[in-house]
Amino acid sequence: MTLSEPGSMIHAADLRKSFGGFEAVRGIDVDVRPGEAFGFLGPNGAGKSSTMRMVAAVSPVSGGTLRILGMDPATDGPAIRARIGVCPQEDTLDTELTVWENLFVYGRYFGLPKAEVREKVEELLEFVQLTDKAKAMVDDLSGGMKRRLTIARSLVNSPELLLLDEPTTGLDPQARHVVWDRLFRLKQQGVTLVLTTHYMDEAEQLTDRLVVMDKGLIVAEGSPLALIAEHSTREVAELRFPVAAEGGTHEPLAESVADLAERVEVLPDRLLLYTHDGEETMAKVHERGLEPIATLVRRSTLEDVFLRLTGRTLVD
Amino acid sequence: MAVTIAEVGRSTARSLSAGEATGLLLYRNFLAYRRAWYIFATGFLEPLLYLFSIGVGVGALVGDFTFNGQSVPYAEFVAPGMLAASAMNGSVLDSTFNFFFKLKYNKLFDQMLATPLTTLDIARGELSWSLLRGGIYSAGFLLVMLAMGLVSSWWAVLVVPAALLIGAAFGAVCMALTTWMRSWQDFELVTLATLPMFLFSATFFPVSAYPGVVRWVVEATPLYRGVVLCRELTTGAVTWASAVSVVYLVAMVVVGLLLCRRRLDTLLLT
Repeated sequence: MTLSEPGSMIHAADLRKSFGGFEAVRGIDVDVRPGEAFGFLGPNGAGKSSTMRMVAAVSPVSGGTLRILGMDPATDGPAIRARIGVCPQEDTLDTELTVWENLFVYGRYFGLPKAEVREKVEELLEFVQLTDKAKAMVDDLSGGMKRRLTIARSLVNSPELLLLDEPTTGLDPQARHVVWDRLFRLKQQGVTLVLTTHYMDEAEQLTDRLVVMDKGLIVAEGSPLALIAEHSTREVAELRFPVAAEGGTHEPLAESVADLAERVEVLPDRLLLYTHDGEETMAKVHERGLEPIATLVRRSTLEDVFLRLTGRTLVD
Repeated sequence: MAVTIAEVGRSTARSLSAGEATGLLLYRNFLAYRRAWYIFATGFLEPLLYLFSIGVGVGALVGDFTFNGQSVPYAEFVAPGMLAASAMNGSVLDSTFNFFFKLKYNKLFDQMLATPLTTLDIARGELSWSLLRGGIYSAGFLLVMLAMGLVSSWWAVLVVPAALLIGAAFGAVCMALTTWMRSWQDFELVTLATLPMFLFSATFFPVSAYPGVVRWVVEATPLYRGVVLCRELTTGAVTWASAVSVVYLVAMVVVGLLLCRRRLDTLLLT
């Protein structure tokens, strides 16, 4: 038996989830500390949402240990849910009620007194910039507004732990930045954030620590910077070539520069040279007489780490 | 502005008692229906129109006839049948179409389960709502019956709880069955079950009109149990046999509710 780290918001040991014969989560260990912003990254089908549902105490654990705020979801489901906020992947707003009613009724489900919920609803509407939409029906809101309303709703019980499943998927850049800004503020106020995303910039922006999941397992763990340092190089030199002819690849080109980089990745239209100093590598490439149609030197990102760990194959 | 954590002087979130949870679900449904009260009205009108058309109109041609050894006007015979049917209709509407919408489209129950509410709270709350709706219809109908002089016993006071029981029985069973529905087309099955019951459960003519086996089948239907119970109460012909109907309907409530809760667990807590 594993004991929870003292004060751990989420403690999972060898956590598993199966649906019939399919194992969606195949034994993961996670500890989320108070006040941190923790991310689950992974392609579709990696087991992120299954994990989140177990943590939200709405999906029974199939195996291993799970403690949320020190409690067992199997026996203390309602008590756990009273203290956490959940922002699900799809907006599950009550379409038969107005914006204001959505928040008010939801707040009352948490056993909070009417007067306090009323006060809280006003604060939250302000917080997500929906005050002037209070009387609108949910269906009349834009996608970004619905998302903000869902986030507001997840805060109505002043949660200690906020779970966000792909908080900005499907939003335009403006709406994404508004959501990020609100999440930053919550973090500053000491709320522990746990989010899933497949936007790497979102993970870099928001999380202190993250795990990369693939096929139900954790394949890497650390801060965004540490992960980049561990699984990629400091910089990437991109060499763009015309798309390789039918049946051919840029494999021969890659071999001619293989010694210039720690690792070379071959794509149909370009070579990626993972290297410590991109400019220097680029100069050497030109010395060898290669003539790419375009070049780019950039810092390694979490996306490079992600693709390295989970592959470029399309996952559905 | 701090929107979260440790706000001094504020209550903390907690689990709800069964009564509080039911009250909140009723409140939520009240808010949703406030904008659609006319939908509420049609369920009340239907049995009333039947009462006027068949009970009063056709009744004028039929004249008085003998029920339980006493002579009663036809309208007085039909009225309790319509009362029982209205309790069924009100509750079936909420526990099939509306329940399906909340379960599959509005994802209402998914939202609720992210809070301290449980699947039993949901089943109980939704059933209470359809009960309340059935109860309002029945009470209104009883008033119309009184005004038309179609009530001949003080037992009739008990017809409102009887109608509630009918509503609860149909509501609980229909909610459970609705969890198996795949699309709106499946609701034709609901009509297929309720329409014959409405027409043939001794609502418009006595069950003695049926030959042997058919009569047993009719007597075993839930609406028949409701109809005779209501008729026994409004005409004052209550006997120990009335208890059979009560036990039958209570059993439907319990079985339906437990089954519904189990199905919600399977569907929503995966």
